[in-house]
Amino acid sequence: MKSNTADMVFEGLLRIADDNLILGHRTSEWCGHAPTLEEDLALPNIALDLIGHAQTLYCLACEINSRYKNEDQLAFLRLEHEYKNLLLVEQENGDFGNTVLRLFYFSTFMKYFWERVKINCCFKKLKEFSEKAFLETSYHSRYASQWVVTLGDGTDESNLKMSNAISNLEPFLGELFNNDDFTEMCSQNDFLPEPTSIFDSWKNEVETILQKGNLNFPDIILKKRGGRKGEHSEAFGYLLSDLQYMQRAYPNSSW
Amino acid sequence: MEKGTEKAWDVLKDLTDPELPFLTLDDLGVIREIKRNDKNHVVTIAPTYIGCPAISVIEEKIASELKKIGISPIIEKSFSPPWSSDWISENGRKKMEEFGISPPHPRKTETIGDSLLKEVKCPQCTSYRTEKVSEFGSTACKSLYRCLDCKEPFDHFKCV
Repeated sequence: MKSNTADMVFEGLLRIADDNLILGHRTSEWCGHAPTLEEDLALPNIALDLIGHAQTLYCLACEINSRYKNEDQLAFLRLEHEYKNLLLVEQENGDFGNTVLRLFYFSTFMKYFWERVKINCCFKKLKEFSEKAFLETSYHSRYASQWVVTLGDGTDESNLKMSNAISNLEPFLGELFNNDDFTEMCSQNDFLPEPTSIFDSWKNEVETILQKGNLNFPDIILKKRGGRKGEHSEAFGYLLSDLQYMQRAYPNSSW
Repeated sequence: MEKGTEKAWDVLKDLTDPELPFLTLDDLGVIREIKRNDKNHVVTIAPTYIGCPAISVIEEKIASELKKIGISPIIEKSFSPPWSSDWISENGRKKMEEFGISPPHPRKTETIGDSLLKEVKCPQCTSYRTEKVSEFGSTACKSLYRCLDCKEPFDHFKCV
């Protein structure tokens, strides 16, 4: 691989892996706290999937960039500004409704993202990975969509909580669909699809589900951004100190 | 099976899954291929789920069993084609049902866990009057059901 291609692939893998790691960590915070036993099984299961995706992608990234010797270094030992995840995934969970709505937004986006990668990607290992990842994110999207409808179409209170969740998450959706120089380069090189190219399919599905739950589709304009450049929100610092605690306190510890 | 890999197959065919110990990895279709390059055996495995925590245990098991017969293998994970519940052998499905897990249906479309559209049989009393309790069960590969006749809860292996 040429060195500028390697840089592109490394950065692209990092963006997707960081999104999955950080949302996986947030989702895992529900372990032992979910409203029912079934959801207490479901959410950690999903967290496990998300972290599994991150782990595999970090491994691929390590094969490309010899600066990092294994996936744990990427997951646990980088500094805050070196993480490239979206602001959306690092926000605090909020209530259960807010958690499942964010999961619905993200997994539906990733489902269409992997569907595109499956068709066209110059990096063979990622193309292969996308076949499996597509199936798993479809499952997450369906699980979360059922809760969005159930809560939206439930009581006045649950509908109100879901409406609040929509307003809460609205400022972070613009970043999800924001093209930048890097995404344009990835698309020109047949590596990754541009985020805007996923918007129509995503909107179609999200709008249908929100309608079923008597909820209004949010305005999607670019409001808050910075995650892709390593500029994060306050919530991220607290998250990282929790996520990195073991490796910082006991460097190089392993199971 | 490639020539020269018979010994390795002999050892690996009886290895069991860490989370479903009544099934062999061969029953599950997890071991896809054993090849030989110049020096090494290359064992390709297909994880049932990308984040399946049993994978590292499986890799260790394979390596330690082969080591006993003097082979140090290279173990590779493969996601393409993605592991499918269709790869579970007939024998594996039978053992699953005996153990109280309802086996997956044959897969028709490119979906995951689509058994909610179909009838799921209770492995206890064979009734088809069952309902899904949760899309997620005790491990990533199973969902949770309940029988409306004998009232027993049971696991259903997801159709992937």
